[in-house]
Amino acid sequence: MLTIKNLKAQVEGKEILQGLNLEVGPGEVHAVMGPNGSGKSTLAHVLAGRDGYQVTDGEVIFDGESLIELEPEERAARGIYLAFQYPVELPGVNNTHFLKEALNAQRKARGEAELDSVAFLKLIREKMKLVSMQPELLKRQVNVGFSGGEKKRNEILQMALFEPRLSILDETDSGLDIDALRTVSNGVNALRSPDRSVILVTHYQRLLDYIEPDYVHVLAGGRIVRSGDKTLAKELEHKGYGWLTGKDEAA
Amino acid sequence: MTSTAEQMDELVSRGYEHGFVTDIETEVIPPGLDEDVIRFISQRKAEPEWVLEYRLRAYRHWLTMSRPRWSSVHHPEIDFQAISYFAAPKKKDALQSLDEVDPELLRTYEKLGIPIEEQKALAGVAVDAVFDSVSVATTFRKNLADAGVIFCSISEAAREHPELLREYLGSVVPHSDNYFAALNAAVFTDGTFVYVPKGVKCPMELSTYFRINAQNTGQFERTLIIAEEGSQVSYLEGCTAPQRDENQLHAAVVELVAQKDAQIKYSTVQNWYPGDEQGKGGIYNFVTKRGDCRGERAKISWTQVETGSAITWKYPSCILRGDDSVGEFYSVAVTKGMQQADTGTKMIHIGRNTRSTIVSKGISAGRGEQVYRGLVRMAQRAENARNHTQCDSLLIGDRCAAHTYPYIEVKNPSAKVEHEATTSKIGDDQLFYCRSRGLSEEDAVSLVVNGFCKEVFNELPMEFAVEAQKLLAISLEGAVG
Repeated sequence: MLTIKNLKAQVEGKEILQGLNLEVGPGEVHAVMGPNGSGKSTLAHVLAGRDGYQVTDGEVIFDGESLIELEPEERAARGIYLAFQYPVELPGVNNTHFLKEALNAQRKARGEAELDSVAFLKLIREKMKLVSMQPELLKRQVNVGFSGGEKKRNEILQMALFEPRLSILDETDSGLDIDALRTVSNGVNALRSPDRSVILVTHYQRLLDYIEPDYVHVLAGGRIVRSGDKTLAKELEHKGYGWLTGKDEAA
Repeated sequence: MTSTAEQMDELVSRGYEHGFVTDIETEVIPPGLDEDVIRFISQRKAEPEWVLEYRLRAYRHWLTMSRPRWSSVHHPEIDFQAISYFAAPKKKDALQSLDEVDPELLRTYEKLGIPIEEQKALAGVAVDAVFDSVSVATTFRKNLADAGVIFCSISEAAREHPELLREYLGSVVPHSDNYFAALNAAVFTDGTFVYVPKGVKCPMELSTYFRINAQNTGQFERTLIIAEEGSQVSYLEGCTAPQRDENQLHAAVVELVAQKDAQIKYSTVQNWYPGDEQGKGGIYNFVTKRGDCRGERAKISWTQVETGSAITWKYPSCILRGDDSVGEFYSVAVTKGMQQADTGTKMIHIGRNTRSTIVSKGISAGRGEQVYRGLVRMAQRAENARNHTQCDSLLIGDRCAAHTYPYIEVKNPSAKVEHEATTSKIGDDQLFYCRSRGLSEEDAVSLVVNGFCKEVFNELPMEFAVEAQKLLAISLEGAVG
């Protein structure tokens, strides 16, 4: 489904990804772990197509098509979704309106019929149950005044709504207490299916207790330096990243 | 906007015009301004003698004044002798088809969803008259007349309702008020007059395009709205479609009078030609707008969406004279390209328990320059007066600027004044967030900007609000990236 080959990318002239390879098959959950500054978030942003993240070499193929030249919204329409580490506030923008506009923009781009308000509200109410979100959050402005947990739930709600083929969760566990972490993880698990894949970008092993990955990769110095199954995450928890990166880091 | 309505207005008004003013179709007086020109205007308008005297008084006063220098706008000196102060409504040089119209303009009309016949009218293409519409205008005028509401041109008012005009003209904005107001008082040639009798709630929103004789936006418009005790009226001015005008200088005066328990809501959408990329040829919009809450519990509310003109210079104000009277100012102003805007409001609290709210949203893009300049004055008598001001600026790109100059004068210790101001940049992170959810960059900008302006749009009449949102999106097209 997703093939990343020898990917090199720069941010503000600095090469962050230095020849990264990754293969994600349908229905698989991959955890990408690594110390701070290893390029995890850069990878997430490059996949979503953020301006300023310049791909200098290599390729990213999604369903047989190169992503590199596509705009973020074109990627979204093809089924790529990034859950933000720090979801952005949009003052004055009603959350329901935002979600409906976004979903319909994607549907339109795919040549599907847009949903009217009635159909949309029915759909969104159903999806909200998945993430145990308070209905009043729909009436609020996008992420404005949301608690950390509410913001992350809102991200997972969008994932449930858009039903992306590839979800990239960027440090979704950061800043969550254990209850919120459980709810968010339940949401993600409920969305697992044989044709949907997930990349979990995370610093800590903790999240993987709730969302069990098929593969675990360690990213260091802009490259994947080790891949394994979920036991690798346990190993990292004991040993830290230092033995893989050659640096002494207390993770 | 329904320019078919304008078309039929033209039809309706034609016969009428001829009734009073004979054979002016081809008349334009040469550029220049002196007392003879003013006499000529007054005569052509068949005005009573006192109007002429009023004009001359204003003109003589204007001669003693000089152009204000305190505002932050820059433009070459205006040669007032190079302007023609009277042009009979002349037929536009009709184009034969839309193919002759600037494609850029057409693209904009399309985005605004303006029907093809209206596009033609706006762009100056000859249009066949739509006869159905005539009955609309007739019905409209009949409903108003049944309610006792007077809604006509200011010239008509001078002839038909001289006693009302005489009582109120210049009573809110005196001819000596400021340089441009004085000029307007001397040479005004068009404008609207509205009178809502005691206890009447005007049965419909009044809008300039339903007004007879409103086809050409006057260069020196004069508007006077009077709401008698306990009455209510909502007035819409302007048009979202881009309007080109050969007159570069516009100096309008708007006066509102709200008596006891009366309410006036005045909404403006202004989208005049801002000039080319260098800012050449754009309209200078120097407007004096003021409302007077004369009685207890009177309320005046200004809502404006300003996206056009090369230079905008206007401060719709409220004089809160009656106890418990209320003034409101909601504004969205956009400057892009080389546009300059120095705009804001004045809230003059005189009565007890008077309240005012100011919400100003400034958006600057390109090399746009924007100033919010606002005055809140609490007079000695203004026991327990309250003001809340919120003044937010949104910057798009890094070559634009926004400035805020709040002036606050408080002479009563029980008065309360609150001022909040923010300046923010439209964030790359906001745009990326929206785009990663599938929205195009343009839609993302429009979503963020409309969110920013929401409090103001909420104040606009529904239809106007929808148009204003579209207008904003179009105005800011290509402003990012």
